Amino acid sequence: MPKLTIDGTEIEVDAGLTVLQACELAGKEIPRFCYHERLSIAGNCRMCLVEMERAPKPIASCAMPIGEGMVIRTDTDTVKKARNGVMEFLLINHPLDCPICDQGGECDLQDQAMAYGFDRSRYQENKRAVEDKHMGPLIKTIMTRCIHCTRCVRFATEVAGVPELGLLGRGEKAEITTYLEKSLDSELSANVIDLCPVGALTSKPYAFVARPWELSKTESVDVLDAVGSAIRVDARGTEVLRILPRLNEPVNEEWLSDKGRYACDGLRRQRLDRPYVRRDGKLQPASWDEAFAAIRDRVQGVQGSRIAAIAGDQCDAESMLALKELMTRLGSPNVDCRQDGAKLNPAVRASYLLNSTIAGLEDIDAVLLVGTNPRWEAPLVNTRLRKAWLHNGLRAGIIGQQLDLTYPAEYLGAGPDTLTAVARSAHPFADTLRQADKAAIIVGMGALARPDGEAVLGTARDLAQAVGAVRQDWNGFNILHTAAARVGALDLGFVPGPSGRDTAQILSGASNGEIDVVYLLGADEIHHSHFGKAFVIYQGHHGDAGAHRADVILPGAAYTEKNGTYVNTEGRVQLGRRAAQPVGDAREDWTIIRALSDVLGQSIGFASLADVRKRLVEVNPVFDEVGEVTGAEWTDFGGGQVTDAPFELPIANYYQTDPISRASETMAACTRDFAQADTARTGTDG
Amino acid sequence: MNLHPANAEWTEFEFSAENLEKAKGYVARYPEGRQQSAVMPLLDLAQRQCGGWLPNVAVEYVASFLGMPKIRVLEVATFYSMYNQAPVGKNFVQLCRTTPCWLRGSNALRDTCLRETGCELGGTSADGLFTVVEVECLGACCNAPMVQINDDFYEDLTPESFANVLQALKRGEQPKTGSQAGRVGSEPVGGLTSLTQLEGAD
Repeated sequence: MPKLTIDGTEIEVDAGLTVLQACELAGKEIPRFCYHERLSIAGNCRMCLVEMERAPKPIASCAMPIGEGMVIRTDTDTVKKARNGVMEFLLINHPLDCPICDQGGECDLQDQAMAYGFDRSRYQENKRAVEDKHMGPLIKTIMTRCIHCTRCVRFATEVAGVPELGLLGRGEKAEITTYLEKSLDSELSANVIDLCPVGALTSKPYAFVARPWELSKTESVDVLDAVGSAIRVDARGTEVLRILPRLNEPVNEEWLSDKGRYACDGLRRQRLDRPYVRRDGKLQPASWDEAFAAIRDRVQGVQGSRIAAIAGDQCDAESMLALKELMTRLGSPNVDCRQDGAKLNPAVRASYLLNSTIAGLEDIDAVLLVGTNPRWEAPLVNTRLRKAWLHNGLRAGIIGQQLDLTYPAEYLGAGPDTLTAVARSAHPFADTLRQADKAAIIVGMGALARPDGEAVLGTARDLAQAVGAVRQDWNGFNILHTAAARVGALDLGFVPGPSGRDTAQILSGASNGEIDVVYLLGADEIHHSHFGKAFVIYQGHHGDAGAHRADVILPGAAYTEKNGTYVNTEGRVQLGRRAAQPVGDAREDWTIIRALSDVLGQSIGFASLADVRKRLVEVNPVFDEVGEVTGAEWTDFGGGQVTDAPFELPIANYYQTDPISRASETMAACTRDFAQADTARTGTDG
Repeated sequence: MNLHPANAEWTEFEFSAENLEKAKGYVARYPEGRQQSAVMPLLDLAQRQCGGWLPNVAVEYVASFLGMPKIRVLEVATFYSMYNQAPVGKNFVQLCRTTPCWLRGSNALRDTCLRETGCELGGTSADGLFTVVEVECLGACCNAPMVQINDDFYEDLTPESFANVLQALKRGEQPKTGSQAGRVGSEPVGGLTSLTQLEGAD
């Protein structure tokens, strides 16, 4: 390992680092604009200048590889003067509009100008002005502020895999733009806003909304997909104003998908802020007591087997546990968390997890995607696969529908017949998987949420075994969930008990009068026509599909308004935290169920959140391992006869998949711009 | 970037048979998978085929020809001043204005040029014969002042000799290229001072 001297201190670092990285390891802060750990090195801002012995002039430390015996100085007058000079150059054409700039208060340029800036301007000429560019409904551009660090260009090209951003022209005429100013078509586009070290790219929906120091910041976890990205929720008073990603290397690194970031304006619209009871065919506002009384009147005397509960895709584990306990006390085995009908069950934990772990997918060199579009279902899983392609030459095969995944993928076939062929080694892709050092199979809900889902699951399991994707030291069998609540629900056993009904049977029962009461806990993906004459209790936060059909509405809290436990697709238990109060009369969900259980005379007894969590750990010890992925045992599961029907993908429009994103104006704008870009607009549309 | 209105006249572009052969030749110079290295000669071919500028369809054609993202090709095309993003006249006049040429009278050449062609700087003449632009050093400082017209250098210019060149072009003739002062290459103006004879040559 090379040794070098930094400011008189000798340090030994790994070979292949840059001088900047070595300086960081030595505890020296190096200012920078263009350098970013997760992007390629550009070396164009020149802010990271340091002095190197025997070099005639300061060097850009970000682009200089370390060498044995190097002597670096970061604290000399020359260095300070050089950086001051660079800063003065950068500020020549940077407008002095910090007071009206949304980046103000969290701006790298502003911060570093405090250290290296000159206190007045020596520039007498006119500043240049640059026309703003259109980059879509999420990214606001004020291009005069741009300092041409090209972080956004490198992010789009390297991480997002959509090479649509570029630097046109040269010198003073250089401008960042998308090709012909089209919207940046990526599910990760808004990360360029975080990357931009100045206020050139800012958040369009958040423009002129708040200053960073006015906001209360709460660390939480994203529930708009099953990745469980770490987020920071910025709220002012009761309003969530924005959501930013938080560093979490094993899950989202430092990125966040556009939906997770921008669906938050949906938290302000279509909210259920008070209980409702259906009287004379119309939902009428009611008090909690009236709502509970209405439920008691209807439920009392009803046989347990005629009551059912379905949990939705964004429920916290606490509320699902509370509902399950209540159902048990009411004598109902009819509970299900799989409202899409996915054929997964809790018996074998490895059968419903992304066993490779999200970070583990970076190391694979062959993958088979079965009935899934990771780019839409889990954009940050897709970036890992893209990384695997960039670094290991990943060979990807798709069974399902043709996809543009931002890396090349071979289309193998449409349905289970192709899967079976690969499993029986009757398809050449089986050899690709077999020859790989680490192969992975990723099965999506498109392959499982169908009548023969269990057979598909079994075939995929056989395939994983047959090609050696499951070994002592490696498990390449993966389920990619779309619902943030699903793994947690399976972990706590929110599935039909003995002789209980699953979602499809509950709905058929409701239609033909065998089920009298259906309790929907945030379940909105079921069409209202399926409930027949059943009495529907809807508990949730948005007036979406479930609430429209409900007979009683119990207003619950959205994920930013409660402390909840979520388990992501790889089985990592994570805690979401309350960033704002629930709106109006709404309450945290487990407390609603607890209160209702008292009214029904079937108290579930929890007195505090700690009680619920204690019970969660009793039900399944994995809930005790917060932040961790616990390995799952590999045993037999799945089986049956597959059909010929091709796999259909679970997500038709990335931007609108759940009650929150369906209520979001920003997501609606994205839908217009991207998902429906080809559909002609009518006179009443936009 | 706003596309030049003349792009509206260009709905499609592809290499002529001859240029296609040349293009394949350029691509073949680079190893498999590195064909993007041929982007500059291909853009040049396309520009010549389009009459001296690059309509956007030509940029996109080159991008698909080389399997590159369109923005990457556009970056190259806008970075180098030798690629034009707008139509130019039949004679594309590039006036050097860097220090050596300026010391040797490039300002007078500019006045002559604008008068003779009727162009503004950066503009095209009404008859479409000339486009005049100012550029930085073209690397013929020994023979300053100089201009480049299309692919040819005209050197050692005076306002009079430059006017003659432009008038010849107006008449559709091809003036003598190189030094207009009668010297060969960049030999000394006052005749040879050394190496005046070949040793050993009788």
